[in-house]
Amino acid sequence: MLVPLQGHYSFWLGRLSMQWVPYDNPIIVGAFVFACSVGLAIVAGITRLGWWGYLWREWVTSLDHKKIGLMYMIMGAIMLFRGFVDAVMIRAQQAMAAGPHTAGFLDASHGYLPPFHFDQVYGSHGTIMILFAVTPMLIGMMNIIVPLQVGARDMAYPFLNSIGLYLTAVGAALVMLSLFLGEFSHAGWVGLTPLSELAYSPGVGVDYWLWALQISGIGTTIGSINIVATIVKMRAPGMTWGKLPIFSWTSLSMSTIGITAFPILTVVVSLLTLDRYVGTHFFTAGLGGDLMLYKNLFWMWGHPEVYFLILLPFGVVSEVIANFSHKQLFGFTTMVLATFAIAGVSWSVWLHHFFVMGQGPGVNTYFGIATMLVGIPTGVKLFNWIFTMCRGRLHFDPPMLWATGTLFLLPIGGLSGVILAMVPADYEMHNSVFVIAHFHNMVMVTVFAEFAAITYWFPKVFGFKLDPTIGKKVFWSWVVAAALVFIPMYGLGLMGMTRRLSYISRPELQPFLYVQEAGMFMFCVAAFYQFKQFYMSIRDRAKGVHLIGDGEVWSGERSVEWVAHSPVPFYNFAVTPYIHQRDEWAWRRAEGHVRAKPERYVDIEMPKNTAIPFLMAGATFVFGFAMVWRIWWLGAVSFAGIVALLVLRSFIDDTEYTVPAADVEKHEQQFFRHRDAHSPDLRPIEQAGRGVYL
Amino acid sequence: MAFDQTATPRLFEERTPDLIGNRTFGFWLYMLSDVIIYAALFAAFSVLHTHYAGGPTSQQVVEPLHGFIDSVLLFSSVWLLGLGMRSMAVGERAMLIAFMGLAAIVALGFVGFESYDFAHALGKGESPQRSGYLSIYFVLLGLHALHIFVGILWMLLMMVQVAFKGLTEPVVSRLLNLKIFWMFQSVIWVCVFVFVYLLGAVG
Repeated sequence: MLVPLQGHYSFWLGRLSMQWVPYDNPIIVGAFVFACSVGLAIVAGITRLGWWGYLWREWVTSLDHKKIGLMYMIMGAIMLFRGFVDAVMIRAQQAMAAGPHTAGFLDASHGYLPPFHFDQVYGSHGTIMILFAVTPMLIGMMNIIVPLQVGARDMAYPFLNSIGLYLTAVGAALVMLSLFLGEFSHAGWVGLTPLSELAYSPGVGVDYWLWALQISGIGTTIGSINIVATIVKMRAPGMTWGKLPIFSWTSLSMSTIGITAFPILTVVVSLLTLDRYVGTHFFTAGLGGDLMLYKNLFWMWGHPEVYFLILLPFGVVSEVIANFSHKQLFGFTTMVLATFAIAGVSWSVWLHHFFVMGQGPGVNTYFGIATMLVGIPTGVKLFNWIFTMCRGRLHFDPPMLWATGTLFLLPIGGLSGVILAMVPADYEMHNSVFVIAHFHNMVMVTVFAEFAAITYWFPKVFGFKLDPTIGKKVFWSWVVAAALVFIPMYGLGLMGMTRRLSYISRPELQPFLYVQEAGMFMFCVAAFYQFKQFYMSIRDRAKGVHLIGDGEVWSGERSVEWVAHSPVPFYNFAVTPYIHQRDEWAWRRAEGHVRAKPERYVDIEMPKNTAIPFLMAGATFVFGFAMVWRIWWLGAVSFAGIVALLVLRSFIDDTEYTVPAADVEKHEQQFFRHRDAHSPDLRPIEQAGRGVYL
Repeated sequence: MAFDQTATPRLFEERTPDLIGNRTFGFWLYMLSDVIIYAALFAAFSVLHTHYAGGPTSQQVVEPLHGFIDSVLLFSSVWLLGLGMRSMAVGERAMLIAFMGLAAIVALGFVGFESYDFAHALGKGESPQRSGYLSIYFVLLGLHALHIFVGILWMLLMMVQVAFKGLTEPVVSRLLNLKIFWMFQSVIWVCVFVFVYLLGAVG
């Protein structure tokens, strides 16, 4: 049944042998030394501080949605750094390798990366940035905020939540491992067929890519199911659909896409896996395979996936702009309708990724028009944000800077998308870097919104603000960097530079590539300020404590999550709030309930910690590793381990513990004492806010 | 306290969680994702169903009579599990276990008969490596059979849990999800029977 393989194979180790360790490549050895040093430093630090037990009890085995969300965010940040290093390498190679007279270093004839290595770098850049950096950060944000915003104590399924996190982490770990053991896919993040078939990619690179996508894709589907169930089933009393805050609405639309799109990824990855492992003919170039079937299926997932990345940022921008304009969000209903319109249209635009397939004018026209339609609800959103700011009391704190930044990025990226949606124009620009500039521009919207969300909700989670002075430096260096990298890229695309080039044959393009390289330098500056922002803020956290009322930090908050204390206690709400208005906190402020306390406390049921998700992740990692290297016995054993752990969990009924009302009260009293000691006299703020429910 | 709050009717209200409702809803969402998996495979089938690559055609591969026998077995299993659910509703644990056992045995017959068909096809050289059509034929039917096999294991697990734990809230929620799963697989089978067997036999 199995396909014949090239090269060494043994029963116990599969394809694994010393030849797969790239010890002769100085770049990879350097990365390996760096990774080992950082890893050892972290291990040594934790051991010295004696944190292993604490990490195991409070984080690894925790089912607390805030901690799981934070772990998602940290993983996303680490992978963002890795993807950024890939980007630096790509830009450096292209700047060095423009024109026939450019010098070559290491094994490359131009630049310093030979084509096969360069192809792996851009493949891992795309895969990591989309699936292991941006997506985990978005899911982490939803994990932290959505239960708070619907007035719940945890997600609908805390256990599955943890499994979703660890499956994503296993995917990320496989991608990282491919750097030091074997190779990564050289077929791009989209796995171009038939290049990704075994005949043309006989190594393990595509297999790493396949199993990383497969495992993390299942994790994302599980996470999406959890978010939808939380929003539908766990809303606080009084919260009708009309009172659901906008961030939760966008989470709902995003997760709906997650549930309906990610299974297609599961299918397309499985079919390609069968082609590579069993020798079927789904996407091969012969014997009845159809490689355009791969393209269609991949983008049926891929296009909804890119809207999956943009819808939640729209929710963040809506929350932040309303907050810092001190006004209700303009056109709430149209905002929700626009969100779901974009989610709906995302299903009928996938073909615009390959207008050049040759399917005829009728089909192309349909998909071209459908793609242009996306501009309408997006325009509605943009105008709603502008009208929210109009006549508002604007405060440009860092979250607001990031949010207003998206208002400039969105029309540029959106209009270049509409240009690409015109079929005749797309025939000219297909596969040019104009496309790259367009989608990086759009992903910048996501990244800006993520930074807006991090600075905005950071005090909600930790009880202190990030340093706003450094925050503004991060923002402006990002703006300059993004402009320097992506504006020349639009120009290069229009001049005919195609994508994925390890060597650029036209030396006249080099000045533009140098400008981009300067932009990469600015990105490094931005990354430095980003680290500095976190380091300084955490070091000087006592200075940043701003507790106003119960949860308020920015003095313009509106939604339910601010009803909870800042930092949020592990049970979120001592007693579940009854929801009166969509902007419940703004309403409570206006009505003078900022310091309201419940009459009495009750016993609270919370999910117990469990090690099973972590153990399952371990087994899944071994399974993924075994499948990449085709070590069948190890794959069978680890798979049996996964099933056994699931069955074991189904026999554990005692999954919750009770926090007695007295303990809750003690905890709350402690918080109130802390608040009264730190927060300023509240009466002026309360009186100024009184009756003002805009 | 800065303001008088006695005028406010309620700012806080505790609510009771609905375990079975929550879990069933989540399972429906999972079923939605499973629908998409089958939909993508049927889309691939609609592209590949004529890609014989000079190999055996669908008329030579499928046997609608076997598909019909499969259908009878699968729907009998669904019916038996339905009777089991009826026993659960009235709290008869022994009857529930018995019906689940029967449903599992009949479903095992379904898997066995399909495996026999697969083995027969492989024996004739009609392997998934032969053509695009045979690839999707084996994967579509194989995935459905895999679902049925997982369902059988699930039933065995639930027989043990009903016997040792009784009809507790988590056990009942799992049984309700099993019912949804089982009925859904039979609905998928209707599509498999129509598109793969009947239309395949027509060609």
